[in-house]
Amino acid sequence: MNTAGFIHSVETFGTVDGPGTRYVVFLQGCPLRCKFCHNRDTWNRAQGKKVTVRELLLEFNEYQEFYRRTGGGMTASGGEPLMQAGFVSELFHGVKNSGLNTALDTSGYASEREIDSLLEVTDLVLLGLKAVDSQEHKELTGVSNEKIMAFIRHLREVQKPVWLRYVLLPGINDDFNHADRLADFVRSFTNIERLELLGYHKLGAAKWELCGDEDPLKHISPPDQNQVELFRRRLNDLGIKKIY
Amino acid sequence: MDPWQGFNGGNWQNVVDVRDFIQKNYKPYTGSSGFLTGPSSKTLALWEKVLGLLKSERARGGILDADVSVVSSILSHSPGYIDKDLEIIAGLQTDQPLKRALMPYGGIRMVRNAHEAYGFKTDPGVTAIFTEFRKTHNQGVFDAYTREMRRARKAGIITGLPDTYGRGRIIGDYRRVALYGADFLIKARQTDKFNVEYDVMDEDLIRIREEISEQLNALEALKGMAKSYGFDVSRPARSAVEAVQWTYFAYLGAIKEQNGAAMSLGRVSAFLDIYIERDLANGIITEEEAQELIDQLVLKLRLVRFLRTPEYNELFSGDPAWVTESIGGMSIDGRTLVTKNSYRFLHTLDNLGPAPEPNMTVLWSQQLPEHFKKYCAGLSIRTSSIQYENDDIMRPLWGDDYAIACCVSAMRLGKQMQYFGARANLAKALLYAINGGWDEILNLQVGPKFAPITSEYLDYDEVMERFDNILDWLARLYINTLNIIHYMHDKYYYERLQFALHDTEIHRTMACGIAGLSVVADSLSAIKYARVKPVRNQEGYAVDYEVSGDFPQMGNNDPKVDQIAVDLVVMFERKLRKQRTYRGSEPTLSILTITSNVVYGKKTGNTPDGRKTGEPFAPGANPMHGRDRKGALASLSSVAKLPYDYSRDGISYTFSIIPRALGKQLPEQISNLAGLLGGYFAKNGHHMNANVFDKEILMDAIEHPEKYPQLTIRVSGYAVNFIRLSREQQQDVINRTLHGVIT
Ligand code: SF4
Repeated sequence: MNTAGFIHSVETFGTVDGPGTRYVVFLQGCPLRCKFCHNRDTWNRAQGKKVTVRELLLEFNEYQEFYRRTGGGMTASGGEPLMQAGFVSELFHGVKNSGLNTALDTSGYASEREIDSLLEVTDLVLLGLKAVDSQEHKELTGVSNEKIMAFIRHLREVQKPVWLRYVLLPGINDDFNHADRLADFVRSFTNIERLELLGYHKLGAAKWELCGDEDPLKHISPPDQNQVELFRRRLNDLGIKKIY
Repeated sequence: MDPWQGFNGGNWQNVVDVRDFIQKNYKPYTGSSGFLTGPSSKTLALWEKVLGLLKSERARGGILDADVSVVSSILSHSPGYIDKDLEIIAGLQTDQPLKRALMPYGGIRMVRNAHEAYGFKTDPGVTAIFTEFRKTHNQGVFDAYTREMRRARKAGIITGLPDTYGRGRIIGDYRRVALYGADFLIKARQTDKFNVEYDVMDEDLIRIREEISEQLNALEALKGMAKSYGFDVSRPARSAVEAVQWTYFAYLGAIKEQNGAAMSLGRVSAFLDIYIERDLANGIITEEEAQELIDQLVLKLRLVRFLRTPEYNELFSGDPAWVTESIGGMSIDGRTLVTKNSYRFLHTLDNLGPAPEPNMTVLWSQQLPEHFKKYCAGLSIRTSSIQYENDDIMRPLWGDDYAIACCVSAMRLGKQMQYFGARANLAKALLYAINGGWDEILNLQVGPKFAPITSEYLDYDEVMERFDNILDWLARLYINTLNIIHYMHDKYYYERLQFALHDTEIHRTMACGIAGLSVVADSLSAIKYARVKPVRNQEGYAVDYEVSGDFPQMGNNDPKVDQIAVDLVVMFERKLRKQRTYRGSEPTLSILTITSNVVYGKKTGNTPDGRKTGEPFAPGANPMHGRDRKGALASLSSVAKLPYDYSRDGISYTFSIIPRALGKQLPEQISNLAGLLGGYFAKNGHHMNANVFDKEILMDAIEHPEKYPQLTIRVSGYAVNFIRLSREQQQDVINRTLHGVIT
């Protein structure tokens, strides 16, 4: 309970990161460098606020009334929660003890071996897949996706429910070629319960500037609804039904 | 025919006891909304006409027409219709729809100013009568006001006082006319009059005897009004359509004579459901016709208008009448008071489209049927037209036949009333504490003069000690002012019909209020946990504040500052309780601003929390916008801590969210909103306005109002037609914490 972690912030009324309403902990620190990162300010772990498991659980408990009513719970997001797997795992233990739901919002870039004990107390993994193709992955995020693929395969082995998230970047990964490969990928994982298509948005742009960097996707604007719809329909035609 | 045929008997047959009638006869409904039907063709045709009228009203600057010569009373106008053939429920305030009545008893000046502002001219004869021959409430009040009261009013440390028009917030039990008929009520009241004859004819006794006579006249007049429309309300209603008509007539009588700030309807839906059920069972009406009745009643309630000045609209814009109808809740015995008619009332928002009036108020209990909870949440998402109040904390205090007047004021129907007292500006009071009673905007001594604080940095204990003194002064002045207002209102503008529809013995409260709670809590927190350095002008008064360091702010569920807010509420309420009040009324407190938070902000200088001169306060009990950093639940948990026991006139919280932030798809959005409401009320929160809308839509509505004639939003206790807000208030609504997740 006294284990400390580094967090960026919390959101007490999260509604889009797992079922029901949720307490979302944004952890500080991320090994990836996604060009479309909407939380640029969470990269550096040292800039986080240090809190203990106990402190966070006490705060979480304040809102249990709300989460229980909606089948919700806690989501660890970031940044990359797997970078602080031990901390998150203790946190989730506490949440599970109160009978609420836990979700891990991750890029799947697992670098530690504590992951198994974390998965034991994780009900759902929200997996943000950046690219199916490894080379493209490296382009977009600064790292290749081997580790990530291994992680996803592991999730399939232990039959952990996954909601796969895919950020649509106009002109980069929203053509039918990408849709087809994504569909292939999704079909090969029976534990993927949902596919969430997220339109790239500009709300994180300001954070890049605040961090003193230039937004690398400055020239890209959010996809229009038609583009998203076309992509969705293509996936649908390829047999992917549960798209949100 | 026996009008009570088929009803279960009880004590209600012998004495006036509507609650007993409801309890013995109503049918709780726990099913879904599946039975509801659409609007009838008659209703649609009628609504079409009304929409046309509303459009002309807007086109003419907000007022379609105004009566300039006939002083309004229950009997003043011949029957008015929109389209007689289409109207199932008859009756208008004047002889034309949306024509505003002339009600000078509250104050002739207000009438003249309003007429002038909208291009009308008050009949000189009327002006002469109400200046030379017949004194008004307004005149009476100003005859008795002290210099100090006038100054406090001018400075706006007490404001929104009902001293120029009707006080409102009094709900007649309009159902009584339907259940008993006027003759039964007249007889009962005559008996009461015989009983108030004691040895000593003192002032109280004389007054009550005169009041009863007035009440009896009002009931007679009501019979006359109904007769002019071709109905006989001297006897009880015999059918559902009569029950609705009788109830509406009783309400109509009240709004023909009183232009009170809030003219609420009460709690009629379960009552009327009993009549509808009886008629349905007897095959007299169909579900379509039942819905038609309610649609048409609601349509009439949407036409309630009062003549107001532009200054009034600046305070409470959107032309509100607060025709509040309380829906749902639970009975003491554990049955839900949700009936099919609760659905029918709410369903008018779909059948006729969203609208601010009547002010639909759902009394929320954890025990409400799940179907109903979800239905309400879904309707909120679609229309933003519902407010919610916590039946589980009100029922133990007010029983199961109370209703909400205005926004958040609960009162037992027919048994309790309040003296509406608007609100005191606590943020300004804090500045007085720092500056020794000097008003920072008027540059004038308003409060009691004592030496201003002179230290380089503000010291919490020193500020609190002076604040305590200022609040003592304010509580005394405030109650004294209200005593004058209500003495004069009883004398010159007595609500004869509404009181005829109360018991003779009434419990009275003196409903005080505060504004600026979160500004003061944050300011005190800054003084306590950060360093606050006053910037003083040449005369040595603090006019601005430099804050260094972080400090806890309301809206983050941080006990350090939330407790300051709680203590403040308790402290001020206790000070009010110490005062002597008019007619022995019990002082209560509300934390409610409606839209006046904007005007209050304008009249208040820089505050130690970093708020600048002129910036709006947060509405009601809301945290200041932009200061909550942990999301909606932290924000509303801060507010839920405010104790209802010390703020029994209500604690208003406005929650606004964009649809996307409520969940990805409608079923989740509904479940999440219902969970939010349930959780808030489980934490003893009192009231919540639920708004679900996109910022882009609001911005577009500012630019293109014609595209959004029915866009309704909820603002601290009432719903309002967005396009009828002033630009400033529209901006305030948009700036205000609009919860949206950006991650
Ligand atoms: S994984 Fe998430 S936090 Fe990390 S860089 Fe990518 S988008 Fe940003």
